[in-house]
Amino acid sequence: MLAKRIIACLDVRNGCVVKGVQFEGLTNAGDPAALASRYNVEGIDELVILDVTATLEGRRALAATIRQVASRIFIPLAVGGGIRSEDDAAAALDAGADKVSLNSAALAEPSLLTKLAARYGSQAVIVAIDAKQTEGRFAVFARSGSTASGRSAVEWAREAADRGAGEILLTSIDRDGTRSGFDCELTAAVSSAVSIPVIASGGAGTFEHFLEVFTRGQADAALAASIFHFSEHAVADLKTYLHDRGVPMRL
Amino acid sequence: MIALIDYGAGNLTSVRKALAAIAAPVVIPAAPDALSGVSGIIIPGVGHYGATAALDDTWRRGIARAVDAGVPLLGICLGLQYLFEGSDEAPGVPGLSLLRGRCSLLPSTLKVPHVGWNTVELTRRSPLVEGIPTGTSFYFTHSYAAPVTDACVAQTKHSAAFAAIVERERVFGAQFHPEKSGDAGVRVLRNFVEITGSLTRHVTRFTDH
Repeated sequence: MLAKRIIACLDVRNGCVVKGVQFEGLTNAGDPAALASRYNVEGIDELVILDVTATLEGRRALAATIRQVASRIFIPLAVGGGIRSEDDAAAALDAGADKVSLNSAALAEPSLLTKLAARYGSQAVIVAIDAKQTEGRFAVFARSGSTASGRSAVEWAREAADRGAGEILLTSIDRDGTRSGFDCELTAAVSSAVSIPVIASGGAGTFEHFLEVFTRGQADAALAASIFHFSEHAVADLKTYLHDRGVPMRL
Repeated sequence: MIALIDYGAGNLTSVRKALAAIAAPVVIPAAPDALSGVSGIIIPGVGHYGATAALDDTWRRGIARAVDAGVPLLGICLGLQYLFEGSDEAPGVPGLSLLRGRCSLLPSTLKVPHVGWNTVELTRRSPLVEGIPTGTSFYFTHSYAAPVTDACVAQTKHSAAFAAIVERERVFGAQFHPEKSGDAGVRVLRNFVEITGSLTRHVTRFTDH
């Protein structure tokens, strides 16, 4: 049976993981390749490198980071954050990423999804959708949640899938950073509207939150960052917890 | 030396990196002539079946000649599908016809594309799955799949059963991505490299005569 995926997100700036990670035995907690190795041993199903760098110099460091991780860790690797053009996507994929995640760039130029899908295949193209509940609907925001796009999450998810996106990385702006649980309503609304997989993001705080988003939220995968940073065995423990409650997991 | 066929299908870099990790010598031939003398061939692939049309008749003949000469061949994902006669995804594009059957769209009872880690059920022994227990998980990403035939070594179910690993003589295929399936995937690649290694020694002895 197809397993639900647990995905770890590494926020990377200038080649270093930004959020403090204190794993025992890691000589450099900020080293993305070392952290990725650790997650791999723990049984993480997939990695997302989120580039939070603004400068050109930092983006060159990103390619080196991708290369380091991809030459050591043989699980799917997605890269997002700085993908604004076909060239950015090509640079990330050539460095060894398997997928690129597009957010504001796809909203500004939806045909970019089609171009990348034609060139690399849909499996390499993730559309990242940041949404929040406003007046009973799920509104999509661009530019790190600062600009209303005027689109609804369900409508944009359907269009992005039609245009060639192979997966949806769906982040609840309301829940992001709160550790109060994923937005299961938002996730279920989008997941039931499209045939491509939906990765739920934003709000992970407890193991129960993952159970909810895989059941009530109909998510195909769930992404988190900080929850995995607090315990040495969080990934393995989480997967065992979910498996014991009937959620198909790769153990 | 293992030839990795570059026809512009995305995952070439990933396959090369995984082969580098197990110290397998790899060449990316610029022309089909370069296939003579290699100890193994890998056809990677991901994306649309139509992409295989980039391999023209000279490539197809080059690959067929190597297979006839006993050179082991491994098709990965789209590369596995290409071993069959064709696919409904691109009806006008012929496969290599090394295996009987056509690829078709997975039924949409569950989500299609089939993306993520799924288990394989081994149905017979093969050197490609040496050390791999039945029920092992591998990473899949595809919408079309090859039928379960007597070439099937392992099958996977997603709405319906399809060929996850195939073998006929020295022709092998994996529908999943061994280069993205962690330790189990690397083991499959290593098994293939070992299959090619034994053949290299055989060919060397033969030509020494």
